[in-house]
Amino acid sequence: MLEANLEDRKREGRLVSIRALIAGLLAIAALSLVVVRLMHLQVDQHDHFTVLSRDNRVKVQPLPPARGLIYDAKGVLLADNHPSFSLEITIEKVGDLEATIEGLSRLIRIEPQDRNRFERQKRQRMRFQGVPIRLNLTQTEVARFAVNGHRFPGVDIRAELVRTYPLGEHTAHVLGYVGRINEQELARIDKSNYAGSQFIGKGGLEKAHEALLHGQVGYQQVEVNARGRVIRTLESQPPVSGKDLHLYLDIGLQQVAKEALGEERGAVVAIDPRNGGVLALVSNPSFDPNLFVEGISQTDYQALLSSPDKPLFNRAVRGQYPPGSTIKQFVALAGLASGVTTSRRATYCSGAFSLPGHSHRFRCWRRGGHGALNLEQALVQSCDVYFYDLANRMGIDRLSGFLSDFGFGALTGIDVAGELGGLMPTREWKQRVRKQAWYPGETLIVGIGQGSFLATPLQLAVATAAVANHGKVIRPQVARAAQAPGASAAEQLPMVSHSIELGDKQQWDQIVNAMAKVVESGTARRIRSTEYRIAGKTGTSQVFSLGQNQRYSAATLPKHLHDHALFVAFAPVDDPRIAITVIVEHGGGGGATAAPVARRIMDAYLGGATVQTDVGAERGD
Amino acid sequence: MATRSSSYFPDDTLYPGHRGLWQRIHLDAPLLVALLALCGFGLMVLFSASDQDPAALERQLIRLGIAFALMIAVAQIPPARLRSWSPLLYGVGVVMLIAVLLFGDIGKGAQRWLDFGVVRFQPSELLKLAVPMMLAWLLSARALPPKLLWVVLSALLTLIPVVLIAKQPDLGTSLLVASAGVMVLFMAGMGWGMILALAAVVAAMTPLVWIGLHDYQRDRVLTFLNPESDPLGSGYHIIQSKIAIGSGGIDGKGWLNGTQSHLEFLPERNTDFIFAVIGEEFGFTGILALLALYLFIILRGLVIAARAQDRFGRLLAGALTLVFFVYVFVNTGMVTGLLPVVGVPLPLISYGGTSMVTLMAGFGIIMGVHTHRLRSRG
Repeated sequence: MLEANLEDRKREGRLVSIRALIAGLLAIAALSLVVVRLMHLQVDQHDHFTVLSRDNRVKVQPLPPARGLIYDAKGVLLADNHPSFSLEITIEKVGDLEATIEGLSRLIRIEPQDRNRFERQKRQRMRFQGVPIRLNLTQTEVARFAVNGHRFPGVDIRAELVRTYPLGEHTAHVLGYVGRINEQELARIDKSNYAGSQFIGKGGLEKAHEALLHGQVGYQQVEVNARGRVIRTLESQPPVSGKDLHLYLDIGLQQVAKEALGEERGAVVAIDPRNGGVLALVSNPSFDPNLFVEGISQTDYQALLSSPDKPLFNRAVRGQYPPGSTIKQFVALAGLASGVTTSRRATYCSGAFSLPGHSHRFRCWRRGGHGALNLEQALVQSCDVYFYDLANRMGIDRLSGFLSDFGFGALTGIDVAGELGGLMPTREWKQRVRKQAWYPGETLIVGIGQGSFLATPLQLAVATAAVANHGKVIRPQVARAAQAPGASAAEQLPMVSHSIELGDKQQWDQIVNAMAKVVESGTARRIRSTEYRIAGKTGTSQVFSLGQNQRYSAATLPKHLHDHALFVAFAPVDDPRIAITVIVEHGGGGGATAAPVARRIMDAYLGGATVQTDVGAERGD
Repeated sequence: MATRSSSYFPDDTLYPGHRGLWQRIHLDAPLLVALLALCGFGLMVLFSASDQDPAALERQLIRLGIAFALMIAVAQIPPARLRSWSPLLYGVGVVMLIAVLLFGDIGKGAQRWLDFGVVRFQPSELLKLAVPMMLAWLLSARALPPKLLWVVLSALLTLIPVVLIAKQPDLGTSLLVASAGVMVLFMAGMGWGMILALAAVVAAMTPLVWIGLHDYQRDRVLTFLNPESDPLGSGYHIIQSKIAIGSGGIDGKGWLNGTQSHLEFLPERNTDFIFAVIGEEFGFTGILALLALYLFIILRGLVIAARAQDRFGRLLAGALTLVFFVYVFVNTGMVTGLLPVVGVPLPLISYGGTSMVTLMAGFGIIMGVHTHRLRSRG
């Protein structure tokens, strides 16, 4: 028994020992496997992982430059950057999105519109990008989140400089606004320079001077941990802030102009004829550009789009209207310059004009006719027949060629994005676009600024300034100078001009005097000023074509078919410092509704007493 | 009884001259030196991995002190007494596991702790010792290799705590407890046919296990199969640890210079993923040295098992050594991307107390098996 037991014990000992040996060999084999794996990782793929490890920790972060500020002529801040805190959710870092938003809403007020914007932007961005759930957090909300932030992984507060326009609707059409960079813009811009930027100029001055305002991006090379937290900065190149713009624009004058227009739809452009500086550029009604900076809500946008007043439409630079009688002084100049007429030559107005061999009667606005008129009288009375005759004798080629020199039919080159060029009809244009020959009758219509002739209020202001300048046509500019941050002096932006040479310089004076008489005793006499002399010209732009024998009657026509009232002017006559265009849509006669607006602006600018405006139903073109 | 006959490695050939002293204090010198070296190295790595936080180092040092004290204490217990305590220990362990499921504390989404007011205790750790003791107790009563009935009974006794622990859920620990049971059976000389059959049963149960797994556990397995599929989600650990190890190269980036670990790219860098810190800072050579140290400890444990005087000692010492090996292999395999991510620490190096205390108690048992020898020529 004992012997057998002993044998068994020996056998068992051997068994366990063999198992221990096998286990030892297995352990060696298993750990060898680990060693082989390590050799693969640490020897074979060492270079690969070294690169990965470097990429892992060193990140290049763009440092967005601060956008340049915009000041008016008197140093009033028109476009500012203010720090704004928004709450952003990085979708992929959040487990239960609904629960997170639910939790956040107990901490911070989240309106349905915030939710809507979030849902909209969520679809546009990548999962690893932050999507704002709330914008413009208050200091209290920032603090409240800071305390509770640890409960919301993937939710961060983001601070950025956001553009604000303190004067809102007063500057909307001239400055435009900035907004989030969209896909089309992304394709157009220098991506590296905009690497850290959220905003880009979407219109107006902000877009035209984007390059000056944006500045140069900076970079910092940082070592980050896996959560993207910056451990230290290895290298950095600070951004260069955008340049501040100092404008010719006078926000006080801008406000006067808007007030003068009141409830009327219309536009005002006032420029300094000496340098082309845009003193005021108003399109009424306007809108709050601040709505657009962070992305406008669908309802707000729909409301703006569907409004019959078209508040988003920049009438001053994009509104193309038949210039009507405000074109007559240029046609008169063309007649003088081409030698077709003289200041003394008289034309008889019987109330209508017919081309030889045609029965169509081109009517004067005064049905009874003006009788015999010379050029000055024709301008003062704004006689249509005189200009039908003049245009007819000059012919469309000479007429459009001369008017083009004043800038009609072409972009003025103003530093407000979105400008349209109007239309200066020519024989060539008609053939190309309408595939038709030019009819002589059309020349007559062009001669009184109607038909297919279109001009923007800005173009009219530039052309009027050119008359005030005796031929110097200046490119209008809103921005006067750009100042680099920290620089002591602002650098003047270059002024561009060309000149119209007339054989007889006296012809300028003849036209200017006639325009002065328009205000003193003509169609704009109600704005006559005793403090300074104004040279002006009224105009009416037809919205609705009358039949051969119909009469225009404001009383029986609905408002939206009323004529547009126009007025162009400059003052003082002897030393012009302001040239102005006013258009009041469906305002009727230019002398009655548009001219008083211009007078108020000139008074504000030149320091005169404000005129008494007795708006009558008197019709006079 | 003749003891010499059971010894294949006579003591005096291994360390002549020292036998008396070491045997009297019931410690094994080679094992002790290797363990001390390992823990010393571990402290060094931990200092780096916890961003040179002296407080973390201090806490770990205290744990090590407790663990070594426990090892020495356990080593003084004669294996025969341990054997008699085995069923009780096992029973208490299983009851506590049930208690954990019923009213345990929840930490990190899993119920693992029992709160006794003063101490929080993790009963699953106890089972890492109680299961191999129970099985060794069961099998040592009969001749080896065990008959099928005892194998099945052993498997059942293992499965009960394994299932209870897996439900907590703690996949890593349940795996270690299961491997402890398997290792006892292996050391007991369970037939190869039975080993194959057991493997087949496990394979057949895999789909059932898959259904029973928690989502995050399934994620881990799927992630293991294709870590790049979710680089910022569950595959992140593996990708980052591979970058850390791979960028370490042959010589490493130097102690305290591991960029991956210090910049927090590496998750769990002072616990389960500390092996990657070693790979990054000490390179291939450093890791080779560490693995050699581990291998020495494992082989020494197996030698002790082979030389043990009775069945219980042989089975227990062998199983505990092999569990230690499973720790090493599963952790290094998981960190290097050979195995799925299972929450198994790198033994004696990872930060944390419970597993270290259990492991050192295990080494106390192994040393006790080696040094409590029956009186020769008695």
